[in-house]
Amino acid sequence: MRAAHLFLAQRISAIILAPLVLVHLGLIVYAMRGGLSAAEILARTQGSALWAAFYGLFVVAAAVHAAIGVRTMIAESFGWRGRMLDGLTLAVGLGLFGLGARAVAAVVL
Amino acid sequence: MDGTLRVRIWKGGADGALRTFEVPHRANQTVLDVVTWVQRNRDPALAYRFACRVGMCGSCAMTVNGVPRWTCRTHVSRVVRGDALTIEPLRNLPVIKDLACDMTPFFEKWQAAHGRFVPTAGRTDPPVRMAPDSPHRRAVDAGIECINCAVCHAACDVVAWNPDYLGPAALNRAWTLHNDIRDGARAARLRAVAGDGGCTNCHSHQACMQVCPKALNPTAAIAGLKRAVAGAVLRGRL
Repeated sequence: MRAAHLFLAQRISAIILAPLVLVHLGLIVYAMRGGLSAAEILARTQGSALWAAFYGLFVVAAAVHAAIGVRTMIAESFGWRGRMLDGLTLAVGLGLFGLGARAVAAVVL
Repeated sequence: MDGTLRVRIWKGGADGALRTFEVPHRANQTVLDVVTWVQRNRDPALAYRFACRVGMCGSCAMTVNGVPRWTCRTHVSRVVRGDALTIEPLRNLPVIKDLACDMTPFFEKWQAAHGRFVPTAGRTDPPVRMAPDSPHRRAVDAGIECINCAVCHAACDVVAWNPDYLGPAALNRAWTLHNDIRDGARAARLRAVAGDGGCTNCHSHQACMQVCPKALNPTAAIAGLKRAVAGAVLRGRL
């Protein structure tokens, strides 16, 4: 039951994303209002297993969640089905994961 | 009540057009009364469908001023805009002629969702005891009064976007049977509603709930099916 598995994957990724997004937004406010420079931010994130795990999980959950959401929108808006839709879902998921992983690597490595 | 209604009625098939009729406005007049008056006095060839006229059979549903409704229980005074009424066939179903739709896709989806009771006992077995206040019985009660009018089907945007989607009526029926402890095909039914056109497509817009003439809540029924499907996936049963 692929539809059921995709549904569950999107719900679970949403549950994971909800607290992560709140922490992420709080972090942005803290960093900007606190006046942290890029160098000060990098000093806190580089080599940190905690931030690597936090944003690594964020990227995986976002890639899964958004890819399934885009899949639904494309199917309902343009009537795509079958392999073309599967290919698009995979491409969006891998694309978002690649972009996100690159960004995480840039701040934690 | 006196006066004249300006009634625009859909004429023809999918490529038809609206035609305007002037109809006497009466007290306590229903939309079905208006359509019947037009057929009897102005356009004998007007095609429409009705049977019971008292809100039981579910056959007279039409789109009235843009909203799907059961026309036999819809008073003109409640829906008229000024003196204007626009009456069209139901959305999301093929138009046969004028106000009559082909209900075949609607009932095919009912079947695809395994919307039929599968007994587990014979006529010689004692009746199954089901407490009226048990959670299963309450869930059945909440959705059992559906009259198959297809008003929810016509109101559902997901049905419009995805013709394979089983729709609120069929899924509501599946949910009542899923909660029927006498039924013997619940696993097969859950598989049927967990597929590509199944309950997971619902966006919870709740248009079905808003328009249901029987005040049912198919969105809640579909949410119940989603929970059941998610639970079955987690337990490795789907």
